[in-house]
Amino acid sequence: MALQYDHLQTDTIAAIATAMSEAGIGIIRISGPDAAAIGSKLYRTPQKNKTDISLWRPGTIRFGYIVEADQDGKENVIDEVMLSWMKSPHSYTTEDTVEINTHGGMFLMNRILALVLQAGARMAEPGEFTKRAFLGGRIDLARAEAVMDLISSRNEFARKTSAAQLQGAVSSKVKELREKILYEIAFIESALDDPENYTLEGYTNRLMGTCEYLEKEMHTLLSHADEGRILREGIRTAIVGRPNVGKSSLLNHLAGEERAIVTEIEGTTRDTLSETVRVGGVLLHLTDTAGIRQTEDKVEQIGVHRAQQALDRAELILFVIDSSRKLTVEDEEIAERIIENLREDKKCILLMNKTDLSPEVSQEQVEELFTKRGSECPPLLFCSLQTGEGTKELGEFVSELFHTGEIAEKNEIFLVNLRHQDAVKEALDSILLVKDSIENGMSEDFFSIDLMNAYRVLGTILGEAVEDDLVEEIFSKFCLGK
Amino acid sequence: MEYHIDTQICVIGAGHAGVEAALACSRLGLKTVIFTMNVDSIAMMPCNPHIGGSSKGHLVREIDALGGEMGKNIDKTFIQSKMLNVSKGPAVHSLRTQADKAEYSKTMRQVLEHQENLTIRQAEVMQILTEDHKVVGVRIHTGTVYRCQAAIICTGTYLNARCLVGESITETGPSGMQRSTGLKDSLNGIGIPLRRFKTGTPARMDGRSLDYSKMTIQEGDKVVIPFSYSTDPADVQIEQVPCFLTYTNEETHNIIRQNIDRSPIYAGIIEGTGPRYCPSIEDKVVKFAEKTRHQVFIEPEGRGTNEVYVDGMSSSMPDDVQQRMYRTVPGLENCVIVKNAYAIEYDCINANLLKLTLETRDVDGLFCAGQFNGSSGYEEAAAQGLMAGINAAMKILGGEPLVLKRSEAYIGVLIDDLVTKDNREPYRMMTSRAEYRLLLRQDNADLRLRKYGYRVGLISQEQYDHVCEKERMIEEEIRRLKSIRIGAARENQEYLRAHNSSDLKTACSLAELMCRPELGYEAIAGLDPDRKPLPKEVTEQVEINIRYEGYIARQKRQVEQFDKMENRKIPAAIDYDDVGSLRLEARQKLKEFRPTSIGQASRLSGVTPADIAVLLIYLEKYRAQRGETIMKGREG
Repeated sequence: MALQYDHLQTDTIAAIATAMSEAGIGIIRISGPDAAAIGSKLYRTPQKNKTDISLWRPGTIRFGYIVEADQDGKENVIDEVMLSWMKSPHSYTTEDTVEINTHGGMFLMNRILALVLQAGARMAEPGEFTKRAFLGGRIDLARAEAVMDLISSRNEFARKTSAAQLQGAVSSKVKELREKILYEIAFIESALDDPENYTLEGYTNRLMGTCEYLEKEMHTLLSHADEGRILREGIRTAIVGRPNVGKSSLLNHLAGEERAIVTEIEGTTRDTLSETVRVGGVLLHLTDTAGIRQTEDKVEQIGVHRAQQALDRAELILFVIDSSRKLTVEDEEIAERIIENLREDKKCILLMNKTDLSPEVSQEQVEELFTKRGSECPPLLFCSLQTGEGTKELGEFVSELFHTGEIAEKNEIFLVNLRHQDAVKEALDSILLVKDSIENGMSEDFFSIDLMNAYRVLGTILGEAVEDDLVEEIFSKFCLGK
Repeated sequence: MEYHIDTQICVIGAGHAGVEAALACSRLGLKTVIFTMNVDSIAMMPCNPHIGGSSKGHLVREIDALGGEMGKNIDKTFIQSKMLNVSKGPAVHSLRTQADKAEYSKTMRQVLEHQENLTIRQAEVMQILTEDHKVVGVRIHTGTVYRCQAAIICTGTYLNARCLVGESITETGPSGMQRSTGLKDSLNGIGIPLRRFKTGTPARMDGRSLDYSKMTIQEGDKVVIPFSYSTDPADVQIEQVPCFLTYTNEETHNIIRQNIDRSPIYAGIIEGTGPRYCPSIEDKVVKFAEKTRHQVFIEPEGRGTNEVYVDGMSSSMPDDVQQRMYRTVPGLENCVIVKNAYAIEYDCINANLLKLTLETRDVDGLFCAGQFNGSSGYEEAAAQGLMAGINAAMKILGGEPLVLKRSEAYIGVLIDDLVTKDNREPYRMMTSRAEYRLLLRQDNADLRLRKYGYRVGLISQEQYDHVCEKERMIEEEIRRLKSIRIGAARENQEYLRAHNSSDLKTACSLAELMCRPELGYEAIAGLDPDRKPLPKEVTEQVEINIRYEGYIARQKRQVEQFDKMENRKIPAAIDYDDVGSLRLEARQKLKEFRPTSIGQASRLSGVTPADIAVLLIYLEKYRAQRGETIMKGREG
């Protein structure tokens, strides 16, 4: 009989519960008292309505969408999912649990996980679901011990990884930031412990400067982390072009050829918004920007609008042009938008489709779309998705753009995972709280609460302890009198 | 046949730890004997003349909230008082007083003399008597045995002490007092290893020889706040004595540099480890070479003496170097030294061999407190003495031990640090050591700790009722201020403008209004006609709790996480060799320290989060095998 435990967990944790792989369905598990509330925030019914998951019959699984609100509060669909609801104690962890079954591959899983964390869950530690399951009396000791071995070995792995990371750019950056924070804490603490020897007069200006530096560096770290993730987790790719130029054909062609479709939920295959494929050794998360839902009549009108949305998120743009028809105003508009994006260092490949038909558009005309707007023309590829001519070269183009690009050179940043990003984000929040405190004229001893938190959280990236080294720092850097 | 006297508890040493321990035990109804090498040295202050200071003031408040004596005694004998850090947040406000040393000692001795159940005995304790690893008595130098159920060792800096001034070494305790020697062999015999620590003190001078016109005067506060919750604030508004501030200079530093090879520390004569935070002037000059001057405070030792204490210039240099170096300091050009600065080395234990109750793990009924545990400072000593006394009494009376958590009290931080961490030098309390200091303020020590003092029996029903009523009034007033809303009416806007504040854009609660930096509880009185008069101790708490609500809430969340681990207890009988997949280093540490909770285990250096996970799993298995359900932690 399972023991009855009053387990003391009050926070809600989340993580990807299935092994990370490029294909197959992934599960994001959310466990804890806020699981239903967090799920309800992100999940929409097939009719795009909100729902209170806690009111569902326990043990049900439903189809729907995960959405993310943009800056204007408009909700965009991130992925189609199956969402299951298990009520305490009838779940793996014995806590309220929501599981999001995604089909979008690693990239989408991480994206959804990030949303879940944003909505209030904490990133689970390795083995934490099992720990809770065990503490909740859900699994027996033999099983728990088996899992423990796994955790121990994972810790060993983590230790080695973190040792390797110590030589990496991110780790040395995190270390530098921590040292800066520790110095400030130590200074404040010294002044508080020994007010007659240390004055904090005018100190806030200096601290403000440090905070601004920390804020800037953490932002950079977070953006680099995204770049690092691209290599490991793939590239968000938008297929744009006016209607009927062959965008869906491109999608289907790539998916079919690579046989790496990850969206095999029945009845949804051809309705999908996205596919994950491997092209030229790089994972591409493709989004077709229009014309997928053929039931909609106003395809033509929404084309450009959709392209805009996809462009905002994309890191790679595949611009499809129908070489058998003359360029239109829409092509001009799309080119304009792409140029805006190119200024943000995004990549683009031009596909001149339908080379099997007689050409109505010349290479010069296409190049002019860009050059007359003062931009260099992206690499251009002639192909026919109908016959397959030229499509092989797409792989080479992608490979060239990304393997020789600057992203690959930042290889070490690759090690920054979502947990680390989580930590840096929390540290950044704490630094912003310090800035608030300074601006509100709080006295210095209040700064250290949040500085300490930033220091501690960054320490979890390096696996270092907090309490002892603070005292060490105080002693080594400052001379305390009395 | 040996001569013996029956008692219940023996306290060895009558310094700041010993007196608190003895008073706690006797007040809880146990027959107690306190031994001292010399009755004239009871509660002596052999080093600086202050009680309190940053974070130490918190300790004194906590001692008082629990029913200890230090706060009451200093309120009766201080000659100057100052609240430090008043420009900072409430968490770091700290009271510091200058004591009249002789009065402090005399007054404390009188308290002891008048205490029921307590006997003072001038004698050197030579031996701790044990049977089956259990204390049964102590033997003094005359051979007489005092039979007891518990002994509390508070030998301070006396055990095998030697004092060093340059090449001169004298085998005495502090301030020329006779040292104790007998206990060392006895302790080694019962398996208590000793180590050697070092500390130091500056010179005392004849105040008449100093020129105060070259120094900056340092006065006490205009309105003095007492340490003790039992002291009537009216009684402490006395005429105070000033201190003076002066500085060392390059000339001072040059003399030190030229003679550094004559310092017993730099010459390698001293082997004990000294505290980094209380450095000698030699240390300051060598380690902080870039500083061109260091502060020197001239502090009176009492009203009835000319002697002054030269704070900031402790030293173990030879006499001639001391004479020359002190005379370079402005105002000290013609100084006459009464007592040399000296370093002192002494035997103490590594407190890692203690439980959190301050009882040794291996000898039942043997408690240790104060500098003997490797701490430094009067307040740290007194706090440990009080806790050791309470726990020794609880053990005999069959009561629940009192262990304060890091999230509850500086005393909790102090004892946890001493017992759990690897301390290689005398331990001083500092605000930076308290992770949750915003909750551990000197202004709320009674709200935090009176309940524990009451539970063990050192706080009366009346005192306890008072704090409960205070708590109720605070909560009620906070609730009221949050519920009353003020609209943007014209007269309100005018009131705000008159108080240098900006207009209301929308209605808000009185509590929100109070949070504006330029306003406060008193400032908004005119917008709050229903307000009832409340005691200042209540409104002060209301103000702090409302103003710093966000920070307090963030800190409380940190404490919640912390408490979870603290509440997971580890049974004493656990065999760490039986715990699979613990790393070797962690296993050794755990075996050595025998932590009582998962939280404590997680603070041991060398124990990783992975080890903690392994341990958690093992504990569940352990309990399941014994047919027990998981032990739930007590609510703190």
